Amino acid sequence: MLLTPRHIKASGTKTPAPNKDHDKKAKGGELYGHYAANRRLLDKGAKYFVQKRKFSADAGLNNEQLLELYRLLFETRRLEEHLVALYRQTQVVGGVYRSLGQEATAVGCAYGMRDGDYLQPLIRDLGATLTHGVMPLAMLRQYMAKGTGPSGGRDLNTHFSDPNVGILGPVSMLGAMVPVLSGCLLASRFKGEDKAGLVFIGDGGSSTGAFYEGLNFAAVQKLPLVVVIESNHYAYSTPTTTQVPDGNLVRRAYGFGVDVSHVDGNDVLACFEATKLARERGLAGEGPTVIVAETYRRKGHAEHDNQAYVEDNEIEAWAKENDPVDRYVEFLSKGKHANAKVLEQIRNEVEAELDAAREQAVAESQPEPETHLQAVFDDGTKPWPHYESWWRGGPTHREDS
Amino acid sequence: MPETTFLEAVNSALKEEMHADERVFLIGEDIGAYGGAFKVTAGMLDEFGPERIIDTPIAEAAVIGAAAGAAMCGMRPVAELQFIDFISCGGFDQLVTVAAKSRFRNGVPCPLVVRGPAGGGGRGGPFHSACPEMWFVSTPGIKVVFPATAYDAKGLLKSAIRDPDPVLFLEHKFLYRRIKDEVPNEDYVVPLGQALERRAGDDMAIITYGAMVHTALEAAEELAKNGHNVRVIDLRTLVPLDEETIIKAAMETSKVMIVHEDTRRGGLAGEIAAVINENAFDYLDGPILRVTAPDTPVPYAPTLEDAFLPQVSDIITKANELLHY
Repeated sequence: MLLTPRHIKASGTKTPAPNKDHDKKAKGGELYGHYAANRRLLDKGAKYFVQKRKFSADAGLNNEQLLELYRLLFETRRLEEHLVALYRQTQVVGGVYRSLGQEATAVGCAYGMRDGDYLQPLIRDLGATLTHGVMPLAMLRQYMAKGTGPSGGRDLNTHFSDPNVGILGPVSMLGAMVPVLSGCLLASRFKGEDKAGLVFIGDGGSSTGAFYEGLNFAAVQKLPLVVVIESNHYAYSTPTTTQVPDGNLVRRAYGFGVDVSHVDGNDVLACFEATKLARERGLAGEGPTVIVAETYRRKGHAEHDNQAYVEDNEIEAWAKENDPVDRYVEFLSKGKHANAKVLEQIRNEVEAELDAAREQAVAESQPEPETHLQAVFDDGTKPWPHYESWWRGGPTHREDS
Repeated sequence: MPETTFLEAVNSALKEEMHADERVFLIGEDIGAYGGAFKVTAGMLDEFGPERIIDTPIAEAAVIGAAAGAAMCGMRPVAELQFIDFISCGGFDQLVTVAAKSRFRNGVPCPLVVRGPAGGGGRGGPFHSACPEMWFVSTPGIKVVFPATAYDAKGLLKSAIRDPDPVLFLEHKFLYRRIKDEVPNEDYVVPLGQALERRAGDDMAIITYGAMVHTALEAAEELAKNGHNVRVIDLRTLVPLDEETIIKAAMETSKVMIVHEDTRRGGLAGEIAAVINENAFDYLDGPILRVTAPDTPVPYAPTLEDAFLPQVSDIITKANELLHY
């Protein structure tokens, strides 16, 4: 067995903390960590870029768009907090999988897509589903297994689909959806549709064979697929250094012969810009792009996980110095994109909407038990609600971005 | 009507469905310029072009996964596996996890067909000879088809391609070039879920499918020489299973033997016996017997493989036990 620093720690031996650079302060989107050396290595040949955001750089977005992003980030965080509260009241069926600290990757990347594009979120991409047009009410219903939820109470959290609105829910077998999204894009090619696809995967999921087979197939076929590796330091409890040599996901991605972007995943605008560019490249016939987004999972795998495997002060340091929402607020304020009053108004609107959605979802019922035999095959039954009951459409100003 | 091999029948079903429906496309390994490992798709690249005859990397998860994604987005893909054994390479997950559950969990139909050569007799050894049907028969959400004749291969494949749900279509490679039927040139379908009585008889019934239909028919002819009238039922489709025809055969003959090339433990014979037990127990005049392959991998040497595969003589021996019970 490979002994990582964390395993040594678990057996009682004191070693230096891994990735010491994590403790260095982020400055305007500068990347954290031990990737610096590899970045230089790859500079020589690979086409990739690193975002170093200045407070004035707005990624080409206007003020309405910048505020739309703030609304989505805040909505994501607050909705998850509602879900945790409902979980503690035993209203949630199963677990709650937080994206605390990594909301910018989900929201920013999804904002770089368009209505009609295919998007496959993972459990920690609630923000991407909201950005791609799913109502918060739908997520509340899903987590509480309500019959009114998109899957009709038949599957969990982000596990729901309708290709008509571009939402392709994941399966729990990680990597499996990379070939599936490639197939969706093949279908679009047959139909002559101008659609791209965004598939999220974790640092852990990128170790699977299905991920390899799917991405390689998309690369050979030059499909407009954007693969976002959310590198959040932990796959359940396993550190990235146990997934890939040196924890270097950029090198892994580069091996596919596709373009690779290495971005600060806690910079929502960097994530947006990288995805937008990757989407355009794909639709221009240049094939898939892998975006490695560096971020950090501040909560456990799910609410039950007490994160005993995490170094002391690591979570606190990320919360204090590299919170994606705080950083974005600072950007908006210092760049004079919004004053405190405007942001407060957005927050109040989101809070009111979430309160109402929560009240409604709690009052609804789980599906009728006698429907459990329906729709294994086409039997004429439809035990799932139509997407109009759970899809609000992508954010108003995204289409102009 | 022209005499057509099983292989030609599969080829013509694919071609006809591709001409009839622009949503149909093929995806698999070496199916283009080479025409497939068994030449099932020979000539199709020239006829339909590389957009609709898609050669893939050696990546079964990508083959079936991409087919599943395209099916969810409105296409009618037909994925070929070079040998059906290779479905264990990642393709299993795509079929069982993604395709089979898509409608049930999300209301998103996934009408793909996964087809490929199954079965032994070709001296292919443990990795080119399997009958993997039970992995999928026991998975809710997948239909499983295993034709025995060229006529059925064409008609059932057309039904499979037009079906709104995932279908695993197993082609017994031993039959590809060994049997010929009269197969119409015009369009016809054989509906999924309907067994066929291949031979009439009331003394006992043999229920079987795939290549074993021919073995069972040969045994039945031998038994007829001694005055035994043996009914032979060809299931044709394993999911949905034609329970009505099975129960009727048990009620009318009172003696049932189930024959399959798949291995014994957990094979379809056990399921069929349970269906008869639950629905026609009072009609039976003897135990339900099984003639199957033993619980071993498929061996390579001809002496070993012949001992592994159910033979005409095995069926006759067991049938005599049952007839004289």
